[in-house]
Amino acid sequence: MLAFILRRLLQSIAVLLAVGVVAFSLFRYVGDPINAMVGQDTTMEERAELRTKLGLNDPAPVQFFHFIANAAQGKFGLSYRTSEPVGRLILERIPATLELSLCAAVFALFVGVPMGVYTGLYPKHWSSRLFQAVSLIGISLPTFLIGILLILVFAVWLRLLPSFGRGETVQIGWWTTNFLTWSGLKALILPSITLGLFQLTLLMRLVRSEMLEVMRTDYIKFARARGLTNRAINFGHALKNTLVPVITVTGLQLGALIAFAIVTETVFAWPGVGQLFIQSVQFSDIPVMAAYLMLIGLLFVLINLTVDLLYFVVDPRLRSQGGTARVAGH
Amino acid sequence: MAAASNNQPLLEVRSLRVEFPTRRGTLLAVDDVSFDIAPGEVLGVVGESGAGKSLTGNAIIGLLEPPGRVAGGEIRLEGRRIDNLPYEEMRKVRGARIGAIFQDPLTSLNPLYSVGRQLVETIQTHLPLSASEARTRAIELLKEVGIPGAEMRIDHYPHQFSGGMRQRVVIALALCAGPRLIVADEPTTALDVSIQAQIIALLKRLCREHGTAVMLVTHDMGVIAETADRVAVMYAGRIAEIGPVRDVVKHAKHPYTKGLMGSIPSLGVRSERLTQIDGAMPRLTEIPPGCAFNPRCGARGQRCLVERPDLMAAGTTRAACWLHDRGGVGPAVGKETVDA
Ligand SMILES: Nc1ncnc2c1ncn2[C@@H]1O[C@H](COP(=O)(O)OP(=O)(O)OP(=O)(O)O)[C@@H](O)[C@H]1O
Ligand code: SF4
Ligand SMILES: [Mg+2]
Repeated sequence: MLAFILRRLLQSIAVLLAVGVVAFSLFRYVGDPINAMVGQDTTMEERAELRTKLGLNDPAPVQFFHFIANAAQGKFGLSYRTSEPVGRLILERIPATLELSLCAAVFALFVGVPMGVYTGLYPKHWSSRLFQAVSLIGISLPTFLIGILLILVFAVWLRLLPSFGRGETVQIGWWTTNFLTWSGLKALILPSITLGLFQLTLLMRLVRSEMLEVMRTDYIKFARARGLTNRAINFGHALKNTLVPVITVTGLQLGALIAFAIVTETVFAWPGVGQLFIQSVQFSDIPVMAAYLMLIGLLFVLINLTVDLLYFVVDPRLRSQGGTARVAGH
Repeated sequence: MAAASNNQPLLEVRSLRVEFPTRRGTLLAVDDVSFDIAPGEVLGVVGESGAGKSLTGNAIIGLLEPPGRVAGGEIRLEGRRIDNLPYEEMRKVRGARIGAIFQDPLTSLNPLYSVGRQLVETIQTHLPLSASEARTRAIELLKEVGIPGAEMRIDHYPHQFSGGMRQRVVIALALCAGPRLIVADEPTTALDVSIQAQIIALLKRLCREHGTAVMLVTHDMGVIAETADRVAVMYAGRIAEIGPVRDVVKHAKHPYTKGLMGSIPSLGVRSERLTQIDGAMPRLTEIPPGCAFNPRCGARGQRCLVERPDLMAAGTTRAACWLHDRGGVGPAVGKETVDA
């Protein structure tokens, strides 16, 4: 098991290095950093001097090494747009995105999984059919449209919830949170639903099909023959056996949530890293874009590692085999 | 042996019918099946694939898979009717009064729960024991079914056991709440030939010690001959012959049983199959009128083509065959499968 974790760690580092190459290339070869830093009237000599001073004449591998070393310390240089350190810009924005993604994930999990269990257990019931039909809509409507519809209904017509921004936030250290004020909580509702709806329907359909499959297995039939209660069978034996795929998808989707928050943040003017990214694309603010890329890469890797570890918690077969059987597949 | 003070059978099955509604009409998969099992008795059930053995067993434990349903007849356990119990009532009977063992031990156990957890949950579902008492009982049971190092093995997961060991765990699970009857549906078919005999011997010994009756479904006439007290031979959803195991094996009265017994490879005799039955059992949609066995029967007569025989006394056994009726089979007609 330890060997497996080590292998996973090495793989993660390799992935991060690959993302680093992309970010570095963006930095180095898309646009000229010197142009972005100096004014129109700088002479060629001054530019050349600056170039040398910044190490831009060093061989590419050396520059890459410096880039990664800096990135590891959160140093991505100054934003071309605001001239603030990129690390700080991102740090200011990340709590908004993480809190939004977390709420969306919790919403998707705690609504999607029970709905999946229900529709899997009673596939013929009319309400299951209704859930199925509605989930098709949820899967096919684009996120921004859902967001706009929700704004229309709950913000414009009913005037119940705010349509943009985070509301009041509370500062805890460098972290700003929505969770401690009433208006902050209210502001979270519509964006979380918008962002989580797709994942919710995905999870529901996944759990449903897994449930249907598990309910047909011999061990469920044998559990019935042992006279176990429906509760123990449905929520113990059956649900636990659907967990491995659910964990996989939830993990991947959590990464996707953070990445796709871009759209939701734009629709709701949510001051997160996604919005920051859109702004930096408009201004060709390469350092911010590179840092965003690295950040998303890091989050994906962390989530995947967590997912792999959770497999071990859930499935005893992996614990004793060194974990090559199932995990290697995804 | 059995602690039965009166002569009441443990299980009574009367005129059981199992149906499958399909688009093209209703299939009658078990048709008018009646038999008893006495306390502590082992009833062997044999018959070709599709004869309705598993459906009969599943009907008894109340786990027919829809759309299959009990369409007629009665099942009584210890005098109490169980075929029409509400789900929750029947659930309390399953595991506690009737245990079940299925074919494949590799898939009968939940891979994510340790065997101890599965034993303890079953015990606690049916018996008022604390967790630690249930665990003690579980360890005892594992010892009883011959699992070495039971104290340690109890915390292992199913994949850490071999097929034979897993079937021992399954037997422990079927027995753990002290049922009076076990329905064992081909409990060794999926196992390695070398361990089949051990598992059957274990099942037989444990049930004798606990006074548990067994309905043992198998294809293996050798197992029946060694294990069962009585045997029921099923053919196309009906019982063709039923009686004490010696009589059915040695002096079969039904032509189908005679054919089956002819195919037992007996020790010493080099698979000189005395009788072989030509043809195959008809599909449910194509059961002929009269005796269902008539297309394959060398002894058939005119009467067999039109009138269906019920079980009737035939010497020491009961057979569904006109040969044993005073009226006989009527004028002889040739066997179809041979003519063809
Ligand atoms: N879901 C179903 N729908 C329609 N027919 C079914 C269904 N399940 C079983 N049957 C039919 O019922 C008949 C009896 O099946 P059963 O499983 O009891 O046979 P069996 O004697 O146990 O055979 P085997 O030795 O192969 O296990 C078979 O002909 C089968 O085709
Ligand atoms: S009733 Fe007739 S056809 Fe059927 S087994 Fe007896 S002799 Fe053969
Ligand atoms: Mg069967």
